[in-house]
Amino acid sequence: MTHSAAHVSYLEDGHTLRSWLLTTDHKRIAILYLVAITFFFFAGGVAAFLMRYNLISSHGLLGSAETYNRLFSMHGILMVWVFLVPAVPVTLGNFLTPLMLGARDLAFPPLNLLSWYLFIVAGFVALYAVVAGGVDTGWTFYTPLTSLYSKGHVVAAFIAIFIAGFSSIATGLNFIVTIHKLRAPGMGWYKMPVFLWSLYATSVILVLATPVLAMTLLLVAFERIFGIGVFDPAIGGDPLLFQHLFWFYSHPAVYVMILPGFGVISEIVPAFSRKELFGYKFIVWASIAIAVIGFLVWGHHMFVAGTSLFSAIVFSLLSYMVAVPSAIKVFNWIGTMHKGYIHFDSPMLYAIGFIGLFTTGGLTGLFVAALAADVHLTQTYFVVAHFHYVMVGGMVSAYFAGLHFWWPKITGRLYPEMWGRAGAITIFVGFNLTFFPQFVLGYLGMPRRYFAYPQQFEALNLLSSAGAVVLAIGYLLPLGYLTWSLLYGDRASANPWGATGLEWSTPSPPPTENFAVTPIVTQAPYQYEQPEAVIHE
Amino acid sequence: MNGYWPSATTEGREVDVLLLALLLVSCAVLALVFGLILLYMIRYRAGSGVSRGERSHKTWRFEISWTAATLAIFFGLFIWGGDLYVRLFQPPADALQIYVVGKQWMWKVEHQGGQREINALHIPINRPIQLVMTSEDVIHDFAVPAFRIKHDVLPGRYQTLWFQVDRIGVFQLFCTQLCGVGHYTMTGEVVAMSQPDFENWLASGAAPEGHEDMAAAGKDLFTAHGCSGCHGEGGVGGSPETTGIAAPALSGLYGRSVKLQTGATVTADDKFIRDCILTPDKTPVAGYPLIMPSFAGQISEEKVLRLIAYIKSLKSGSRT
Ligand code: HEM
Ligand SMILES: [Cu+2]
Repeated sequence: MTHSAAHVSYLEDGHTLRSWLLTTDHKRIAILYLVAITFFFFAGGVAAFLMRYNLISSHGLLGSAETYNRLFSMHGILMVWVFLVPAVPVTLGNFLTPLMLGARDLAFPPLNLLSWYLFIVAGFVALYAVVAGGVDTGWTFYTPLTSLYSKGHVVAAFIAIFIAGFSSIATGLNFIVTIHKLRAPGMGWYKMPVFLWSLYATSVILVLATPVLAMTLLLVAFERIFGIGVFDPAIGGDPLLFQHLFWFYSHPAVYVMILPGFGVISEIVPAFSRKELFGYKFIVWASIAIAVIGFLVWGHHMFVAGTSLFSAIVFSLLSYMVAVPSAIKVFNWIGTMHKGYIHFDSPMLYAIGFIGLFTTGGLTGLFVAALAADVHLTQTYFVVAHFHYVMVGGMVSAYFAGLHFWWPKITGRLYPEMWGRAGAITIFVGFNLTFFPQFVLGYLGMPRRYFAYPQQFEALNLLSSAGAVVLAIGYLLPLGYLTWSLLYGDRASANPWGATGLEWSTPSPPPTENFAVTPIVTQAPYQYEQPEAVIHE
Repeated sequence: MNGYWPSATTEGREVDVLLLALLLVSCAVLALVFGLILLYMIRYRAGSGVSRGERSHKTWRFEISWTAATLAIFFGLFIWGGDLYVRLFQPPADALQIYVVGKQWMWKVEHQGGQREINALHIPINRPIQLVMTSEDVIHDFAVPAFRIKHDVLPGRYQTLWFQVDRIGVFQLFCTQLCGVGHYTMTGEVVAMSQPDFENWLASGAAPEGHEDMAAAGKDLFTAHGCSGCHGEGGVGGSPETTGIAAPALSGLYGRSVKLQTGATVTADDKFIRDCILTPDKTPVAGYPLIMPSFAGQISEEKVLRLIAYIKSLKSGSRT
């Protein structure tokens, strides 16, 4: 940027709308993404809230099963594809990758901007599908319901996901190339922060798995539009083929959602324990192992679908294998806290909440990976609770932890610490109130995706809906105080937490060019015993 | 929740024991994780003066031991869950077969004697029951939580599910695979009765307007749809001399192996017979011309089941 004088913060570098919408600065693009995904998160959240309202009564308070089905489909589609999958990579990942690497920007800045536009188009096509009448197939789109029986705007939803997929692939490629090519002098692979390793593993999954989803959706659209028999047996297709293809993408996609969260937590726990990360290499290789084994477990979504006995046994075993690296990470975070000097600032509270909720979610994964137990629990509220514990309790908490940790860096402002802590605690309590009862409901046999349900499940549903109110307040709190801090928050110093990592060596908010002088790295990350040791100059 | 505990099936009670074990393992791990976090939060909080002592820099000992411990526990759970599943997968040979057809949005059940019911399934206790299930449209799922079992019901395939109930009672039945707007209405009940009561019900209670044995109903269909025109009366087979056309004999077919024109050899089971009726071009039997028309769209899944029952009843060389 020729017109920017040295040390102008990226936020001050142009104030017009044009300077934002045509920017190729990774930090500004991160902000654009932040605005977009916050919007989609709350749109998906409104749908969830209406669903919980409906379920207060066993007769279904919304009065229309069609409305209810559209709500849960909209909720799933928005939350998965335009919030959870992109959330951490496109906001924190975009902002931090060059900063953590000591680079000026991502490898392909214009591609990064293009990804954002694709993402926005995808999000709005998805919203169009909802407004035009909605989709009633659930986010899983099982055939032949979706291909031939559903009356909803399936094709519009598919176009949205298809375009979002291109955005994912472009972002993934950008990160992979950046991490390979743009590391600062001296930053070997094992000197990279774990956050970047996680992002790397995530990007590899995105690039390999997303095309499979895109092809699958195309096939469904062909069957729906032209009547070509792929999935409907009545016209010569195979109904299980869709499930194989869908989960071949969607299981790795759940790791796309959680791996960046692991990365965030691996930065925060050492920073607030003032101690080196325990077992750096184990954490790094656990991420890689998850990315690889994650491609081999899709069949565990089909234990009662009509696949063979042999396949069920193999997929059960592999599912237990993929849980091992996750367990390793949890133990390592706890090991990091051991003999540390632990501070309880908001990011750490969110991170501790993450560890607790993720562990609970992971443990219930063991239930559904045990074949005979899954036969009983699958397709009930137990599975709903399981994946909300990992994806909402886990992933969304990690996202909030990261947002609070790097907020001073991103905005140059401090948020009110007491409010931050109140938010973390409210979310933890509200989350458990909402989703714990659903484990019990599932065990008792309540099927998921029921607009109205037998009376015996009413009390637990009421409890869950009450919890949703607390949870909603929990999510609105950060929206309030973080927005407030943009205008009234205290100015942040370059390194308010005393953390290691190159991003903390440059001012808050960083100048457009990130670093006045390219940093040279001589130390491994997380050297908290001698915090000054990360070298700049 | 009466009738939910203990589960009304032996396997259901075993699933509960497995779930209890999983719960105990989870509680132990959670206690460990939360316990350590809380302990460290207090003991190693920034303001605490407690001595941190020597920090160990060799982490691999810990890593190896907790990885090994995790692997061992997981492997145990895998074996336990898998073993039980294998038993749930394989029905005893003497199971009583009952036919279930799912459609948007109801369950249709037909007993071998031709008794039909909707959104209900009457069964005798202490006898293994095997459901043979298919769907007329989308994927459904037949789930009875009180028995701790469920299985998807697919169009174009026969899925089976077996159980043996040892207690009289009425148990909830749900569809648990999203099948459209009326998904939540696709519920019903399983009524488990004593053997004499069940026989009574079959004889009188089931269909007061009278019913016909499935195989007998299949026989009527066999003539009505013109099957006998090629395959001969009683499915004895056709030849240019008798029926004017070469067509394979169906008597004694069930359970035999059949050679296809593709070179493959398949067993003539329910699914094979169904495919022969609905998609004959997919199952060209060796030695016969490809002239059988498809009956897809003309014969419903329920009627196909009756035809299968009829063909099953045709012993080799017999004429009915
Ligand atoms: C830690 C080890 C984990 C294991 C062993 C595990 C196992 C399983 C199994 C077996 C299922 C299928 C259950 C069923 O459909 O009956 C399942 C469902 C699911 N899991 Fe996990 N899981 C684990 C972690 C995760 C993580 C980390 C995520 C996401 C970040 C996740 C997200 C999901 C989702 C979204 C579903 C259900 C999707 C649906 O049916 O709509 N799981 N899990
Ligand atoms: Cu999975």
